[in-house]
Amino acid sequence: MKISKEIIEKHGIKNDEYEKIIKLIGRTPNLLELGIFSAMWNEHCSYKSSKKYLKTLPTKNKNVIQGPGENAGVIDIEDNDAIVFKIESHNHPSYIEPYQGAATGVGGILRDVFTMGARPIATLNSIHFGNQDHFKTKNLLNGVVSGIGGYGNCMGIPTVGGEVKFDHSYNENILVNAMAVGLVKKDKIFYSKARGINQPVIYVGSKTGRDGIHGASMASAEFDENAEEKKPTVQVGDPFTEKLLLEACLELMKDDSVIAIQDMGAAGLTSSSVEMASKGNLGIEINLNQVPCREKKMTPYEMMLSESQERMLIILNSKKIDDAKKIFNKWELDFAVIGKTTNTKNLVLNFNNKEVANLPLSSLSIDAPVYDRKWKKNIIHKKKISTKDFKQIKIVDALNIILKTPNNSEKSWVWEQYDQTVMGDTILKPGEDSAVIKIHKKEKAIALTVDSSSQYCKADPLTGGKQVVSEAWRNLISVGSNPIAITNCLNFGNPEKEEIMGQFVECIDGITQACNYLDFPVVSGNVSFYNETNNKAISPTPTIGGVGLIKNLKKIMTKKIKEIGSSIFVIGKTNGHLYQSEFYKEVMGIKGGPPPEVNLFNEKNNGLFIKNLISENLVLSVHDISAGGILLAITEMCISGNIGAKIKVPKNYTNLHSYLFGEDQSRYLIEINEKNVGEVKKISEKFNIFYEILGKTCKDSLILDNEFNINVNNLKKLNSYWFKNYFEESSV
Amino acid sequence: MKSSIIVFPGSNCDRDISIALEKFKITTQMVWHNETKLPKSDLVVLPGGFSYGDYLRTGCIASKSMIIKEVVNHSKKGGLILGICNGFQILIETGLLPGVLLRNKKLRFLSKNVNLKVINVENQFCVNYKKKNIIELPIAHNEGNYFADQKTLNHLEDKNLIAFKYCDKNGKIDRDYNPNGSSNNIAGILNENKNILGMMPHPERLIDPILSGEDGSMLFESLNKSV
Amino acid sequence: MKISATVTLKKDVLDPQGKVVNQTLKNMGYKNIISVRQGKFFEIEINETNKDKAKKMVEEISKKLLANLVIEDYSINIEK
Repeated sequence: MKISKEIIEKHGIKNDEYEKIIKLIGRTPNLLELGIFSAMWNEHCSYKSSKKYLKTLPTKNKNVIQGPGENAGVIDIEDNDAIVFKIESHNHPSYIEPYQGAATGVGGILRDVFTMGARPIATLNSIHFGNQDHFKTKNLLNGVVSGIGGYGNCMGIPTVGGEVKFDHSYNENILVNAMAVGLVKKDKIFYSKARGINQPVIYVGSKTGRDGIHGASMASAEFDENAEEKKPTVQVGDPFTEKLLLEACLELMKDDSVIAIQDMGAAGLTSSSVEMASKGNLGIEINLNQVPCREKKMTPYEMMLSESQERMLIILNSKKIDDAKKIFNKWELDFAVIGKTTNTKNLVLNFNNKEVANLPLSSLSIDAPVYDRKWKKNIIHKKKISTKDFKQIKIVDALNIILKTPNNSEKSWVWEQYDQTVMGDTILKPGEDSAVIKIHKKEKAIALTVDSSSQYCKADPLTGGKQVVSEAWRNLISVGSNPIAITNCLNFGNPEKEEIMGQFVECIDGITQACNYLDFPVVSGNVSFYNETNNKAISPTPTIGGVGLIKNLKKIMTKKIKEIGSSIFVIGKTNGHLYQSEFYKEVMGIKGGPPPEVNLFNEKNNGLFIKNLISENLVLSVHDISAGGILLAITEMCISGNIGAKIKVPKNYTNLHSYLFGEDQSRYLIEINEKNVGEVKKISEKFNIFYEILGKTCKDSLILDNEFNINVNNLKKLNSYWFKNYFEESSV
Repeated sequence: MKSSIIVFPGSNCDRDISIALEKFKITTQMVWHNETKLPKSDLVVLPGGFSYGDYLRTGCIASKSMIIKEVVNHSKKGGLILGICNGFQILIETGLLPGVLLRNKKLRFLSKNVNLKVINVENQFCVNYKKKNIIELPIAHNEGNYFADQKTLNHLEDKNLIAFKYCDKNGKIDRDYNPNGSSNNIAGILNENKNILGMMPHPERLIDPILSGEDGSMLFESLNKSV
Repeated sequence: MKISATVTLKKDVLDPQGKVVNQTLKNMGYKNIISVRQGKFFEIEINETNKDKAKKMVEEISKKLLANLVIEDYSINIEK
């Protein structure tokens, strides 16, 4: 078949890229080969626009066993235990078919974890929708949450944390970022690098159908009004089959049968075979007649590009084929020897006794284009707002408004659709600053969080990047853990546009600065570009998934107020920064201005101080201060503990609003029993910590003299109003 | 006491229930669904999860497994059977317990802690609940809405075959505290001979104070006591 | 007038439920079964005597609600 210009374009390959292909292979590619290049060279698989900057991220510390470059990242949590984790996006399919898009997103990230030999022990997710009034939002929210629950619950893996955000920038481009965490023995980790020549290449799992042909290309294409026509590229997930696949793989991995293994995700059989062979500096030969097919008369093109779910590719010890087959037969999964490793360093495909493709693996991997895209620095718009404008706004009315917004509402409507306690090791469920999962049969636990700050990143990508890593770090500190490492999902618009590429470059810079300072490296992640429709891009949204270690189960901290008559301290200085705050956005309708600055020295110092207080049993509860400032933080602590507090603004602050709603960073609220106050003050001096006394806890109500006195039950009602009202539900 | 835990493709809570049973000195053995013989057991457990993905009807395909014949024989001989969540659904599809488990009233999966009143404490599963009969256990299901015709419901009530009902924290049984719409707030039932218990909540998830609760422990203590 | 609509997954789309039912039937001894696809059946009673108008309405509701056109097809039958 002649390769026309139209065909090349349809494959998402630019003219200069096509010329490069011809140069690399010394001829024009056939259609199958063109399809393979289109899959391997698109943004999602090749990272061509982001690679240059991703290389600058810090990826090591004393606990990192495996950084970026494998199916997932791995960190050491002592005693021969390791944690495998990663976050990934499934944005475009979720917009088209929210249930299946979200479900298959969860399925994909779980495979990335268990392909390394780790049993998944938790998932989290960060999902972003358009404005509550946008006509698609309700259905998308419903579909995505059902899809995540439908897949994760069926797999029997608890979903323990996440965030749900709403902003008009996601009106036409929602985000679904799914994170998975697994537990493995340090000496039993499996990698994807192929080894040995003439080793059998085995296909296991579901049969291959025509699903998602060119899904990876779709992920890199913007939507236009004809998004509906991209329909056939959405796959249906089968969590039952994946559960069988998980058990079969873990059984196979009990001994040394597996040499290398990778799941078939984006670009299916193509990406897995190419990546495994390239990493091992080998060649690979596949006989496509052996590929188990679900549909009749499938062509090589369809087989190589299908994104049918729930499949793995394994390079197996040749002596173990029969034993392995037995395991997969028991679990009623397909098992087929489809090829072998070679020393040619080429990808060779055979079908009906003919060679149908022959490409140097280097052309599909290391020689794939890497772009140094033009970018321009973000301009921070300074603004001047007169404080006289808010004297009219009553504090209690402002709090009322903020509590009822979708972003600040409590989210049990969402997470009660996820099984949070299956596997029996969940210690802290969704709703706390971080989730905490006990390590099975051990006396230690891990803390998990996922965070994003698209608003701050839009206003100033550099500061936003620093802030989102700092917030993840703070959330892990608040539950008493020692933060170890992160995974990141970088969601942006079209990188071919200078201001978008600039957002990316500056966010990475901010992330790098914070990761370096806090010793909190990036071990895995992915990039999702082209989140734009009709030229309108999403706000830059780097999502950070953080993991921390808790070595003493008795020192797990929560935000719920524990006693009446205890003191509440604010740790960290409040300057009253209101730009980009919930108060300005939701109450005053003021946009623009810079986000709050991040002082990494204070961030680290305050965090280590909190860690010290927790380990010395000097605090009863801890909550980090983020969106909504001090007032929202104390409100959440009161609601959680069903205990009130009597608070007052320190004398030297003349502007109540900026003190209570300012979103200055690096701050925490802590609850201290009276008898420990002296000791806490002493230690704060030692650490050189700035603190203020906010007030004392009391029965029933949150009180600010001369301003308001609200019963905690009423605060609770306000905070759970939005979801119930949106979906028109009564209680229970 | 010896127990066999039947594992179906898609069962998820087999490990959890095994840990709970072993903690209370009940030995466990995992039995694969297509075995034709049951090892000698006092108790057979059908664990929670999504056997066969809940495809077609929840619990339906599992109820056609090879091992089910043996499970039925075990019950005929008076052996104990405990079905939790998906296990309860399988017991119903098998016909060992009456009624049907429909989709939750709100048509959504629901995972949260609920209060339960232990209605019948005169059976081998619940005897230790005599000391505390208003408890809190987690539920996590999409099809927990127990339904039966009025005749069956009357029979269950009259013969005291209802083991657990959803209630408020003071034990008041009220529609407002019914999470899934089940008839008469039913959360678990026994068969005529009281040797089979099917329940939607997960007692095996609340056997550890660090994981915030031990209200599940009493069920396993009761079983251990009963041999 | 009674009109029925049958909604099934599109031909090329994976049908996990049909796949499992098929395997279970084989395990139950029905070795001649080749494949099973699972779908949904809607029986709709309409206050309308004109056959064409009724059919058109059911077409419309099938497209707008009953079938998820991203992954499903529908077919319509006039019952007697």
